[in-house]
Amino acid sequence: MAKLDSKVPSGPLADKWRKHKAEIKLVNPANKRKYEVIVVGAGLAGASAAATLAELGYRVKNFVFHDSPRRAHSIAAQGGINAAKNYQNDGDSVYRLFYDTLKGGDYRSREANVHRLAEVSVNIIDQCVAQGVPFAREYGGLLANRSFGGAQVSRTFYARGQTGQQLLLGAYSALSRMVGAGAIELHANSEMLDLVIVDGQAKGVIVRDLITGELSRHAADAVILATGGYGNVFNLSTYARGSNVTAIWRAYKRGACMANPCYTQIHPTCIPVSGDYQSKLTLMSESLRNDGRIWVPKRKEDRLKPPGAIAEADRDYYLERIYPSFGNLCPRDVASRAAKRVCDEGRGVGETGLGVYLDFADAIKRLGEAGVRERYANLFDIYHEITAESAYQVPMRIYPAVHYTMGGLWVDYNLMSNVPGLFVLGEANFSDHGANRLGASALMQGLADGYFVIPYTIGDYLAGQAPGSRPSTDAPEFQAAEDHIRGQTTRLLGIKGREPVSHFHKRLGKIMWEHCGMARTQAGLEEALRLIPALREEFWANVNVPGSAATLNQALEQAGRVGDFLEFGELLCLDALKREESCGGHFRDEYQFPDGECRRDDARYGHVAAWEYQGAGQAPLRNIEPLNYEFVKMSVRNYK
Amino acid sequence: MVAANTAKTLSVTLRVWRQASPAAPGRFVDYPAANVSTNMSFLELIDVINDRLTVQGEEPIAFAHDCREGICGTCSCTINGKAHGPGHGIATCQTYLRSFKDGDIIVVEPFRARAFPLVKDLVVDRAAFDQIIQAGGFVSVRTGAAPDANAIPVPKAAADLAMDAAACIGCGACVAACKNASAMLFVAAKVSQLGLLPQGQPERDQRVLAMVAKMDALGFGSCTNQYECSAACPKAISHDFIARLNRDYLQASVRAAFQPVSASTGGGAG
Repeated sequence: MAKLDSKVPSGPLADKWRKHKAEIKLVNPANKRKYEVIVVGAGLAGASAAATLAELGYRVKNFVFHDSPRRAHSIAAQGGINAAKNYQNDGDSVYRLFYDTLKGGDYRSREANVHRLAEVSVNIIDQCVAQGVPFAREYGGLLANRSFGGAQVSRTFYARGQTGQQLLLGAYSALSRMVGAGAIELHANSEMLDLVIVDGQAKGVIVRDLITGELSRHAADAVILATGGYGNVFNLSTYARGSNVTAIWRAYKRGACMANPCYTQIHPTCIPVSGDYQSKLTLMSESLRNDGRIWVPKRKEDRLKPPGAIAEADRDYYLERIYPSFGNLCPRDVASRAAKRVCDEGRGVGETGLGVYLDFADAIKRLGEAGVRERYANLFDIYHEITAESAYQVPMRIYPAVHYTMGGLWVDYNLMSNVPGLFVLGEANFSDHGANRLGASALMQGLADGYFVIPYTIGDYLAGQAPGSRPSTDAPEFQAAEDHIRGQTTRLLGIKGREPVSHFHKRLGKIMWEHCGMARTQAGLEEALRLIPALREEFWANVNVPGSAATLNQALEQAGRVGDFLEFGELLCLDALKREESCGGHFRDEYQFPDGECRRDDARYGHVAAWEYQGAGQAPLRNIEPLNYEFVKMSVRNYK
Repeated sequence: MVAANTAKTLSVTLRVWRQASPAAPGRFVDYPAANVSTNMSFLELIDVINDRLTVQGEEPIAFAHDCREGICGTCSCTINGKAHGPGHGIATCQTYLRSFKDGDIIVVEPFRARAFPLVKDLVVDRAAFDQIIQAGGFVSVRTGAAPDANAIPVPKAAADLAMDAAACIGCGACVAACKNASAMLFVAAKVSQLGLLPQGQPERDQRVLAMVAKMDALGFGSCTNQYECSAACPKAISHDFIARLNRDYLQASVRAAFQPVSASTGGGAG
């Protein structure tokens, strides 16, 4: 059974991080160049970590499966990044950001981690501005803010609708600077396929060059995974097509615990599905909820009428009705479930009946079309490209879609997994968002982990490793891992069945969405746990992966990733089945209040579930890390 | 924006460049697609064709793609001779079949430029762009060394213009669209973003000189001011930034030739 010591420092909440930084071990500057650190991924967390560690003097190898480190999916975040700067003088503070994030996560994250996140949020903005990130500004030249995702203060910094892109390009520029200086060895088009453990510690990776197909071994003193979230287990999501679970899943199979995989975030404002050929769902920024009003017809007979023909009195602005104080700005999980409920009642709009209106008519009356255009033109353009409809004239149609995953590899306060030497950052870890993430918090966490947490905490681990003690890549553990991957590749290419990889991905996605989506039941989850292993068996008997392993072979890449999703999806459903409560993004029909809100069970489930691999065909072990709330009382979230 | 086709389905033929490797000969191959939804995206059509090829035992078309929402810069085809296809201000992944007519033959090629060598089929290697950024496309600020964000006021007009330039997604359409395969718009966008902001001033001269030198060394062509780059840019980045780049480059070159330089660049005695 894995040892799960959170290593949260003692003392008052606000002093923990400061005290910890003062007490952890440091690496002598002359010794830093003797340590090699592998960073997998170059999104916000990976790029910021790689750049900062190289600045400190460590030798860094950075692996990305994209053709360039600038392509990671952090780039698609639209809305913004939170920071407790209180530049608006509206009552924000580190404590308030901490409290909002903890409450938003439905009291399923660690107090100390979340407080640290709020503390370093202010440093992130400083850093990004200094890099030349062109945040929105007021006429006086100072930074502008907006209220976002249900916050009652304006603490969100933004760069038009492209905040993620600008922050990522900032981190990419810092990374590029260190690559140019020779301090980072960059490996683009390189996918990590296995983690190598030597004497119980993470000491290297096996990587496939996606262009030549060559496998290579890389040893290091520590390994950092910053490989993003696993939302593509649902196939259709707002993730990039390449986003995958492979790096963290293979680390799991080498002993790292997977925490709370059932915490998945369904974003309320996405463009609805239009056909079975569809490859991806597109998010419409949550910022639209600041000015748009969400409604469906009161009567289901009206659902196919043109929206303009439905009188004001016949419309149900259901979020404003149910949640008068937060209205259209209530948290993502609450808004998504409400949309599902009205569609389940038969009142959903659009051809499929799986859609609700997001209406800007009132905003246009108030601000004028030009005013709305100034705020949202790029989003309205995206909507038009996809649907050929103008949201200036007719309401947008939106529906919830998988958007983010709060679960991930278990890490302690130092962001180290239960495997010594393996660190996990950003969306790939489970740490800061509990059961639900608030808007504009993902960018904050990715950069906090990479710029301001790992540079301190990795030193504490490395100081305990003798310089030059990393193993040689000739070690038998490297040989075994490489042979394992080679065998898997040969097996995939040898099946030559009748169905392409994409069909299995679609079928898995349907099972996940139907049985483990916005509302989950015991019977549904048990059904999914029967269907997924059967589908997996079929995959390994009947998938067709064309081509060879010695060249660029996108079908082979996809086959490896979907093969992992077919295993991981089962664990996700198992975690959802065993968590007999509703909290945040995990909603079990059996556990709700009469008004349809989440009924948590803090006594039985006020803990982190960290799953431990027990070998192929064996049931995984469910370890528990209790969540000890010392400073805040776990209470019922109320957005009414 | 092109006039949208309002029919529900259409039939087209993709005429796709197939080339197994840089050394292998390439050729066009026709792939008909009948009765496909006009709401399907262009890349989804390639997905559908690839699934069909797989089942038939043929090798699928290799193509670059990832976010499929026009922001990551991975997708890169030339469609009917235009980088990123017929639409204005969008990427290939944001192109929908309603932009085409029933019966169209759609010619799909990789981006063609000496500095972007072909990898396979529609995939090219754009690492040259990363190398240009590594040469100087940054502000040298160590993590933790930054002053308070509001200690550096930036006029709103400058910040807005910097954001216009910063919108570049690094896709390489500007290079593919240019008859000289010049990377001037890409370089101009980064040089202008940082040159417009106070944070970018200390390294302004050094940056423009280093990035232009790297661009030239990597085999990109010269700019002859025809602005095909801006027309093809999925973020519609203005060619005005190229004029800015030329100005910055000239000033930096003059200063580099005449400015006195300290003989001692080291730190203090230790």
